[in-house]
Amino acid sequence: MAAPIGQPRVRLPSQVKAGEVIEIRTLISHIMETGQRRNQEGQIIPRDIIKSFRCSFEGQPVFSMDLHPAISANPYIAFPFKVERAGNLEFTWTNDAGEERKLTQAIRLAA
Amino acid sequence: MARRAAWLIGAGAAAVVAGLAVAQAPGSAPEPQRAIPNPESGRNYATPETLAIQDDDFQNPAFLWVEEGEQAWNHPTGTAGQSCASCHQDATVSMRGVRARYPAYNAAKGRVVTLEQQVNICRTERMGAPELRVDSRELNAMTSFIGLQSRGMPMNVDISGPARPFFDRGEEFYNTRRGQLDMRCGSCHEDNYGRSLRADLLSQGMSNGFPTYRLKEQRVISLQFRLRGCVNDVRGEPPAMGSEEFTNLEFYLAWRAQGLPVETPSVRR
Repeated sequence: MAAPIGQPRVRLPSQVKAGEVIEIRTLISHIMETGQRRNQEGQIIPRDIIKSFRCSFEGQPVFSMDLHPAISANPYIAFPFKVERAGNLEFTWTNDAGEERKLTQAIRLAA
Repeated sequence: MARRAAWLIGAGAAAVVAGLAVAQAPGSAPEPQRAIPNPESGRNYATPETLAIQDDDFQNPAFLWVEEGEQAWNHPTGTAGQSCASCHQDATVSMRGVRARYPAYNAAKGRVVTLEQQVNICRTERMGAPELRVDSRELNAMTSFIGLQSRGMPMNVDISGPARPFFDRGEEFYNTRRGQLDMRCGSCHEDNYGRSLRADLLSQGMSNGFPTYRLKEQRVISLQFRLRGCVNDVRGEPPAMGSEEFTNLEFYLAWRAQGLPVETPSVRR
């Protein structure tokens, strides 16, 4: 029974110019249980982590990473992105059970 | 001596002690003196890396709890069909300053209550909802959300009048040596702050940042959870979270941090 993937947060700059490199910042609530710990009865608590994170811009992958058990709970991921045009960024977090949490956020160019 | 006199008066022995205390009006306890008159927030003892997480509201994971608390604030629950907002409306207005003056004396209960306990009093008596378990995610989310509304305001608890005996009991707990290591709270947090305890830097143990996101626990923790950890660390038997002992101690600690800005929700190692 995998823990639910919590509400994700994504922050983009509100004013973006074409050609600008922005920092995309994400945070998601998750326990990131390592699979190394034992409960009070001495049984191993099964591993339950977010194992991958992907970001695509209008269907084109722009960033992806695999996550591992040593990454702490509530993973914070930030990466740079060069903006060329307006469009939608889609973020996907996937846990060990294969469940996905998606979030779409639009990039708008400053007038 | 002053401490003992204060305790006795609190216990209702005013008549006996009034003659001993210098220029003391009968019935009014002497003003307690702080061992650290100019307290420093725990942030002065945290690493720059930790502070970078705290000072960025986006990166600070405690804001995940704050958001959950905000949702719960507006969500009706219990048999009365009411939410927190039904009575208190906009938390940014009604809850401003609340964290700074809690724990506070509750006349109906006849004792000092913490913010956590006040939330549960509202739930059981007004909303017909079950109590939230002490130090649970739901309760810490709610107190983080309420606490955030007082961020930057100076801690300002009222220890006068009927609250005083509870303050005195908290002070007594604070100053009692306990555990196999035979240490009082001040053994670390008054006598040795600024010095290293193994890999950590001892702070003054100020409570102005709670509830806090503790990197070790990877979650938001309540003050009383931390207090239990402290008593365990000196190899003592901690009282239960939510107990009278810890509630009075939390009250004393808030007075000890009087004047420090509320930092809820802080990030600590």
